[in-house]
Amino acid sequence: MLEKLTELLVDELGCEENEVTLEAKIIDDLGADSLAVMQLVMALEDEYDIEVPEDDVTKLKTVNDIVKYIESK
Amino acid sequence: MKIAIKGVGSYLPELEVTNYDLEKIMETNNEWIEQRTGIESRRVANVDTSELGYKAALKAIENANVDINEIDLIITATFTPDANMPSVACLIQDKLGIKEDCTSFDLNAACSGFVYSLNVAVSLMKSGMYKKALVIGAENITKTLDWKDRSTAILFGDGAGAVVLSEDEFSGINHFYTGSKGDDKGVLTLGNIINDNPYSDLKSYAKPTLSMNGQAVFKFATRIVKKSIQNILDKEQKKLEEFKYVVAHQANKRILQATAKSMKVSEDKFYMNLNKFGNTSAASIPIALDEMVRNNLIKKGDQLIFVGFGGGLTWGACSLTW
Repeated sequence: MLEKLTELLVDELGCEENEVTLEAKIIDDLGADSLAVMQLVMALEDEYDIEVPEDDVTKLKTVNDIVKYIESK
Repeated sequence: MKIAIKGVGSYLPELEVTNYDLEKIMETNNEWIEQRTGIESRRVANVDTSELGYKAALKAIENANVDINEIDLIITATFTPDANMPSVACLIQDKLGIKEDCTSFDLNAACSGFVYSLNVAVSLMKSGMYKKALVIGAENITKTLDWKDRSTAILFGDGAGAVVLSEDEFSGINHFYTGSKGDDKGVLTLGNIINDNPYSDLKSYAKPTLSMNGQAVFKFATRIVKKSIQNILDKEQKKLEEFKYVVAHQANKRILQATAKSMKVSEDKFYMNLNKFGNTSAASIPIALDEMVRNNLIKKGDQLIFVGFGGGLTWGACSLTW
């Protein structure tokens, strides 16, 4: 899953592939702003066929948070 | 028989307020605003909505080369009227000096107002009741802003755009799609009623200034613009590539960029002038259209899509042959 997620992060945030680690913070390390976070959320919803309610968005701080969140769905 | 846009005009107030100007009155900076919205400056009005709409309407009437007294329908799309009563459309009718046999009213679908109003005007005209319509998008949004709220005060501007509609054999508006979803979470609101009634303690649930949940609206908008365009493409049985331009509501560069990316077309397909005028709500599509016409970007026979989205929540799109 990390491979697909990395591809998604690179595509949506314009970050480098080697920057995407489990510990990487979406905003501080991968350079997302609040709108890019929403673009990422929409891409996740489309890719994994899930719905991410607004309250959950703030919980997704690191790549690992996203991995765990998708696994929990 | 189709209903076509015979003339277009716009009016923008002279006072230009740049991001650098805003830096002086609130905690923000040009780079932050530009990156997140694409907006560099906006116009701020010192006159009310009807005056902006009137000036745009005059230009549209001149551009259409019609006799002002032939106009029998005026719809003004606005969520920032001069007053709750009379309507902006009636005030504009008076300023234009249009005879009494004319039906004038406002329509509030926020930033989708222009497309909604086109839909209503075209439907009424196709019923045979009206021959020449004036559809105006006019907003004085800056009077509704909380100038201490840097998340909204940077986004909006004032202005008006107008079109004259009448029958045409070849060109005209082809298909409409409109929709709405009640904004139960209050992500985009503007309250207005001051209740002095001694028998009721009714209070507006919305703040008296414009309030917006930026992230939620961004997500809604990005999803709904694509859905609206797709609906029109299905009705037209055409690909987006076959349309010269999408003239979308000018809210935020990032919404249109995300839509272009997701629909796999170049950003250039989406005309943008929000860098100069910010979000002018119902006025943004006719202002953009007027600019495009004056810069000779649209030729007779070109296929266009208009798409609006905003408070309500509302959205709508239409296709037309210029």
